[in-house]
Amino acid sequence: MSDVILLGSGGVALHRRRRAERWFQRAVFAATMVGLVMLVVLLTQIGRQGLTWLSARFLTAMPSMNPHQAGILPALVGSVYTVTLTGLLAVPLGVAAAIYLEEFSGRGRLARAVEVNIANLAGVPAIIYGMLGLALFVRGLQLGRGVLSGALTLALLVLPVIILASREAIRAVPSSLRQAAVAVGATPWQTVRHHVLPAALPGILTGVILALSRAIGEAAPLVVIGAAGYVSFLPNSLHDRFTALPIQIFFWSGMPRREFQNVAAAGILVLLAVLLSMNALAVVIRQRAARKLRWS
Amino acid sequence: MHRATTLPPPAEALAGTHPLRARRGHAWGEEGIRRALALAALLSVGITTAIVVVLCGESARFFSHVSWREFLIGTRWAPLFEPPRFGVLPLVVGTLHVVVGSCLLAVPVGVGTALWLSEYATERGRACVKPVLEVLAGIPSVVYGYFAVTAITPVLKRVFTGTEPFNSASASIVVAVMILPLVASLCDDALRAVPRSLREGAYAVGATRREVCLQILLPAALSGVTAAVVLAISRAIGETMAVSLAAGNLAQLSLNPLRSIQTMTGFIVQVSQGDTPAGTVEYQTIFAVGLLLFAMTLTMNLVADAVFRRFREVYE
Repeated sequence: MSDVILLGSGGVALHRRRRAERWFQRAVFAATMVGLVMLVVLLTQIGRQGLTWLSARFLTAMPSMNPHQAGILPALVGSVYTVTLTGLLAVPLGVAAAIYLEEFSGRGRLARAVEVNIANLAGVPAIIYGMLGLALFVRGLQLGRGVLSGALTLALLVLPVIILASREAIRAVPSSLRQAAVAVGATPWQTVRHHVLPAALPGILTGVILALSRAIGEAAPLVVIGAAGYVSFLPNSLHDRFTALPIQIFFWSGMPRREFQNVAAAGILVLLAVLLSMNALAVVIRQRAARKLRWS
Repeated sequence: MHRATTLPPPAEALAGTHPLRARRGHAWGEEGIRRALALAALLSVGITTAIVVVLCGESARFFSHVSWREFLIGTRWAPLFEPPRFGVLPLVVGTLHVVVGSCLLAVPVGVGTALWLSEYATERGRACVKPVLEVLAGIPSVVYGYFAVTAITPVLKRVFTGTEPFNSASASIVVAVMILPLVASLCDDALRAVPRSLREGAYAVGATRREVCLQILLPAALSGVTAAVVLAISRAIGETMAVSLAAGNLAQLSLNPLRSIQTMTGFIVQVSQGDTPAGTVEYQTIFAVGLLLFAMTLTMNLVADAVFRRFREVYE
């Protein structure tokens, strides 16, 4: 800190320091613009390659080795099935775990261990969950390389995210609400069921939607459990081979024929549209909740 | 009031038929629900255990065929060839390519972004840039892979002759874009946690903003910034789809970023795309590589957590 004072002496030094300040300001501003520019370039590239290939036929056709006839229907259907099932599996478990950790567990050593464990699970690379799913569901339980195995694997992947988001939402409920419920004789579960959960619901839903939009874009675990890149039928059962949007995009991006880049870009547009509508839903829920519930 | 409290309790209450009693009475129900909720919380411990058991179990079978020495010290990785070679070093070096490359790019840019956000930006500037970072963080990995193949690699080819169609430079650039939001927002949090008094003290003795940033704030937030960098490294190690599209599938020991490499995650994806019969050595290979990957990211996450804890102790 003594540097600062020493630098302050003398007119030339001041001039130099001001110039350094201007350059520094430009540098950090330029750094900030890098992210913005990257996003613009990325979206332009996708739009330039994909928009002309996007059509009703693309949405309703099966994949094909001919890029001009390739469609995305099985991937779209596979993704919708998988994410719906993932939500049905992971949301009740995640919210239940969050309720336990926030409302019932106290501050014991066990609760602390579970907390640390969940934080660490959230940092495990997605592909490791794929290997767990491969060994556990595909090989161990013989569930096949289908939607069910995929959904179970993705459920394990998003569970920590849902728990963390739900805990935050539950923690934001003011304790006066709990005290009021307990004061009129509600049991702990009645307090949670009738007061804490309804108040925390918008926050939980927002977290759930964000977690599921992560699941819908995740390809690595599905590739490992064996989701196929070329499926020309819609899954009839939970055990049929299936594909999903990010997997389909992965295979198209890796094709040597250049036209497939355009097909991949069109697929990305579909994926981004799905993600965008899910996020819009989250924003709407958050805003409606903010209008309804006021704590102060 | 006084009379009411001295009344004996109603007989029904003692017998358990009082309406209040009846409503509160499901002690087993309460306890059952509590247990069910606890079970859900313990499931997360089960997942961790399952990950460790699966990775260690299959790896143990792998190491009954291949020695530890060959796996960790061998310099050739060719498990699918005849005769197979199991030196994991090329994959680790491939992963390090991406980690070093992406961090060299993302850390200065991310820290710069954080400094601009916390020290220079107006409220409106923040409100514009923060959503951009959130969108960048929300874009799926495979989309970045497409971007690397279709946009970054062609540019690299035009600038550097001798760029291979798949190369680690392209993967590093795209992973840098992916971890940029993480570095920027964690560093921003760390910088904003530095007490105002420190800034004001420096400005009072005539420091410029640059001097405050470089000589006061960054040293004060150093542990938070370090934690952010370590987490970014962990993310880069585990990054899969973008890297496997951009960097190729050629496991070779090379320091040239313009050549094709293979990362640990890329190898797992490559083997998974073929049909791997359980019990074969190649099926077990991906678990051995996976175990190494898991150990590396877990170590990084624990280090980040330890560093971050220190940082929180300073001001609270």
